[in-house]
Amino acid sequence: MAVAIADARAGKRGERVYSGRVLQLLERGYIAFKSSTYMIVISGFLEPVLYLLSFGYGIGKLLPTIAVGGETIKYAAFIAPALLATSAMNGAIYDSTMNVFFKLNHDRIYHGMLATSMGPLDVALGEIGWALIRGFSYACAFMVVIAPLGLVVSAWGLLAIPAAVLIAFGFASCGMAVTSYMKSFQQLEIVNMILLPMFLFSGSFYPITVFPQWLQFVVNLLPLSHAIDLVRGLCLGHINFGLAGHALYFVVMIVVGLFFTTKRLNALFMK
Amino acid sequence: MSTPLISARGLTKKFGDFTAVNGIDFDVYKGESFGFLGPNGAGKSTAMRIIGATSQRTSGTISILGKDPEINGPQIRAHLGVVPQQDNLDMQLSVTENLYIYGRYFGLPRKFVKQKVEELLAFAQLEEKRDAKVENLSGGMKRRLTIARALVSEPEILMLDEPTTGLDPQARHILWDRLFRLKEQGVTLLITTHFMDEAEQLCDRLIVMDKGSIMAEGSPATLIKDYSSKEVLELRFGSDRNQAVADQLRSMCERIEELPDRVLMYTEDGEELLERVYAANLHPKTSLVRRSSLEDVFLRLTGRTLIE
Repeated sequence: MAVAIADARAGKRGERVYSGRVLQLLERGYIAFKSSTYMIVISGFLEPVLYLLSFGYGIGKLLPTIAVGGETIKYAAFIAPALLATSAMNGAIYDSTMNVFFKLNHDRIYHGMLATSMGPLDVALGEIGWALIRGFSYACAFMVVIAPLGLVVSAWGLLAIPAAVLIAFGFASCGMAVTSYMKSFQQLEIVNMILLPMFLFSGSFYPITVFPQWLQFVVNLLPLSHAIDLVRGLCLGHINFGLAGHALYFVVMIVVGLFFTTKRLNALFMK
Repeated sequence: MSTPLISARGLTKKFGDFTAVNGIDFDVYKGESFGFLGPNGAGKSTAMRIIGATSQRTSGTISILGKDPEINGPQIRAHLGVVPQQDNLDMQLSVTENLYIYGRYFGLPRKFVKQKVEELLAFAQLEEKRDAKVENLSGGMKRRLTIARALVSEPEILMLDEPTTGLDPQARHILWDRLFRLKEQGVTLLITTHFMDEAEQLCDRLIVMDKGSIMAEGSPATLIKDYSSKEVLELRFGSDRNQAVADQLRSMCERIEELPDRVLMYTEDGEELLERVYAANLHPKTSLVRRSSLEDVFLRLTGRTLIE
């Protein structure tokens, strides 16, 4: 039966690297989630909620409102979209770096997968797909927390959920591409060294206009600042062409990341 | 004989300047158990990976069920069950889940796979461990699970890379028994090993490899007949004396091999030769008469032992 299934795909586009098995990979993610990885997923959801409680409540006492784009909003409403964007990033990065690194080099799970009639693009899309499902669930769950608190000012805020998925997709593609080049567990620390400052300085807790011009310029190049601007713009209902620009930034990340991931996986497994 | 399932001509694989497989030719026929025997680094695993369509050859041709692995990778892999040298079971999943999801990777329907999983749990004698996490299994159980997993797609060809390396003798015998059953069912087996007893037990026909090249080909019995004598007399004189007596021993039989710890004498009648050794006033510390094995064939062909 396995042979008939594989033969049916003969002659289709990309048949050497892709066998249409993304759903099977997602099924694996779900089974693993049920039996072992659920703790990681739950902690990923709690993280932004804890930040919101701590900073939104604590700093919100000292600084009840903040002026953004000529509008005065609650401080908690200012940071909530940033936390949403950051949790989308963190979930995607965890799935595509740590998780992928271990499956690739330690447990060698991908070697097993690629001994079947699947191809490397199935594996890449399946893993990234799982990261997206997580990003989507986090975004929905966080919305359920912040919307009743009145922290989503505009109805456009609903679009923050697909935006979070787009952000997760961009980070997951690039994260997996970077991980596929890494040789040792220690090198993964580089990823954390980049993520933390990016989180702290990308305008999560205050507008980046407090920085000098040159630093603002640097921050504006970082993916997380685009993610935060995109989600914040939607949640506050500040709709303009700039948002499309932010979205485009992530489309480019997705394309570049997928290209290098597939290329690299092919080289790793077909050497 | 009918057309071969696998046919390689001038198969070569280079990694930079290093030639792992150096222009080898072989054919594997349906239902046979075919072995690659050689020490570590002989190129056996590389050859297996090329057959498994997970490594690209540098030159030469190979056809697996009439297909080229470079072009039809996924279709070829659908025919194969692969048991790698290093277990790569899914540590986040249980025994049953490992079997189930592997079947799904081949695109098989859920219902079919679920039924197959039960059959394989019985075959691998893992029914009691069905819900255990993989990391809690013994080495032998992990190996049996990996073999069961390779069978989930009902492959025509099962490829085993060093199937019993690292297992204790009991676990090895259980595994061999399972492989015999598969052979009886008509599954074609491809086995790499550096254990000569494993090759003798399991293989109908084998190629002896060293440094990427084929040194000899045939059934275990014909290889032994062609490259060694009927019996071997193993003598130990103590490491300082082995060499001193070697010259004297050499004149007493067809051929001798000096190893660091012992001297091997090749003869048709070991007991008779031993009597002559004693008669020549040579007194070994220990002596052993045994039948020739593939180890002796390898020694004859390369001047080295299989396990160094």
